[in-house]
Amino acid sequence: MGMAIAEKILARAGALARVSAGDLVTVQVHTVVLFDNNFMPSNWPDVRRIDHPERVVVILDHRVPAPTIQAAGAHVTARKFVERFGIERFHDVGRRQGICHQVVADEAYALPGTVLVCSDSHTCSAGALNCVARGVGGPDVFFAACKGETWFRVGETVRYELRGKLGVGVTAKDVFLHIAGKYGDHATQNVEFGGPALADLSVNARKTLATMGAELSCEFATFECDDVLLDYVRSRTGAQFEPQHPDPDAAYCDVRVVDLDRLEPLVALPDSVLRNSRTLPEVSGTPIDQAFIGSCANGTLEDLRLAARVLKGQQVAPKVRLIVTPGSQRVYLEAAREGTLAALVEAGALVTNPTCGACGGGHMGVLGPEETCITASTRNFKGRMGDPSSRVFMGSPATVAASAIAGVIADPRPYLQ
Amino acid sequence: MRFSARIWKAGDNVNTDLILPNRAFYLTPQEQAKFVFSANRPGWSDLVVKGDILVGGRNFGMGSSRPAARSLRNLGLACLVAESINGLFFRNCVNFAFPAMECPGVADAFEEGDVAEVSFENAAMVNRRTGVRLVGRAMPAELRAVVAAGGLFPLLEQQGYIASRASA
Repeated sequence: MGMAIAEKILARAGALARVSAGDLVTVQVHTVVLFDNNFMPSNWPDVRRIDHPERVVVILDHRVPAPTIQAAGAHVTARKFVERFGIERFHDVGRRQGICHQVVADEAYALPGTVLVCSDSHTCSAGALNCVARGVGGPDVFFAACKGETWFRVGETVRYELRGKLGVGVTAKDVFLHIAGKYGDHATQNVEFGGPALADLSVNARKTLATMGAELSCEFATFECDDVLLDYVRSRTGAQFEPQHPDPDAAYCDVRVVDLDRLEPLVALPDSVLRNSRTLPEVSGTPIDQAFIGSCANGTLEDLRLAARVLKGQQVAPKVRLIVTPGSQRVYLEAAREGTLAALVEAGALVTNPTCGACGGGHMGVLGPEETCITASTRNFKGRMGDPSSRVFMGSPATVAASAIAGVIADPRPYLQ
Repeated sequence: MRFSARIWKAGDNVNTDLILPNRAFYLTPQEQAKFVFSANRPGWSDLVVKGDILVGGRNFGMGSSRPAARSLRNLGLACLVAESINGLFFRNCVNFAFPAMECPGVADAFEEGDVAEVSFENAAMVNRRTGVRLVGRAMPAELRAVVAAGGLFPLLEQQGYIASRASA
């Protein structure tokens, strides 16, 4: 049997002839991304030596601009680290900064066919760029930063064959909610996305799906490389790279066909996204206090544009807060230039600076006791966005925008006709 | 690595926000340990006695990369045995030196308060009350060596990559 994409990338990075499920492999890491949490006192190991500083990227994102003295202290430690080791790819507050996974895509730091690690769980986001990328822990991101290598347990691979085309008001987030709702977790498995539908799926849409791989609990979520991706990467970097394609006889533990044109908008109920998706008729009418669009999953220019289209000529309901957090300064600037931000603000949205913000419950939209939020972000765990008694529903940016207008969970399609 | 102790049970898809909530981020690692399951089982962290064993369901530790495994270790738990363990959480268990093993059938074979014997060398587990024996998924020897060394930070410290640090 042949190898799937992730296995081929791991084999090349580990100088191995072959990699298959069950192996424990040690591989070269091409890119290591550090972010502000790594520099907090309880996490920072006071690095003294780095073998490959050119592989390291530092991006401040989780708590930006610093909302507390502790966060500011972490930023200070990060700047000293960058200075000491001459890290060239540093994204300080305001400077081409953003949520690290959005910046990794913006700058094409994740090159097709390579290995990337970061100690944020949504690092699988870079799988949209044909990367083997995953969140690792604090100790192993420093191990990779210092020594340029890491270990992986290789899991079996589930292949998702995407066919057809998404309908109006249906997004990559709904594809994720369909997969998570139908199949549940993918713990210890790799996920591979391919199929004819890729030709109509932008890299931004793929990034939403790859990022949400963390919520499937998969090891890696990797997309096939095609002309859409090659154009995207080459327009952002002159770096050389070699994508990996799956072998025709790759070993998959399952191949699942998803017909995109048969999907409809979905919403996950609070506390989990696994086997917890509902259609809009099942949840419409649930009152909300806050609506949020942002994060490494849904802070792209396309997400902001879609929300603005839904909100065109409409107003956010009086008792609802709509908070929109662009994924990066680059997204923010483009959205400002083309008028998307103005449209959001005119409709009553609060647009924040790029940061992880409300998604992680750290700042910029923390929920109070008993509050209800619908979010287009990464997670709806109990208590994640604020008080443990708050409830978080999850949907696409279109569904969140429509719900903000209605004041209750609502179907976006009537607003997009 | 062998352990014999009382077990506590947790369910399926236990997430890292429950083990280490955002509001504990700025605290010391020792203080963070008191917040384990504070949202879903308030007061539990005070009941744990050093050496107790945690038994989990499917996909234990799903969610973020935060050092949640370190909190379980600092709470005094000896090890984790679960139906399956989230890949990222498993890495953190190895790298923070908290022994963790996947063992299909464990959730049904134990009731809270049972006493378990766990051997990581043999990837085996026994329920002392019922006598039921289970075989788990062995942790590769290379990874057991990392756990035995105290995790990755001591290794990096020995090799001069990071400064000497108090155990955290």
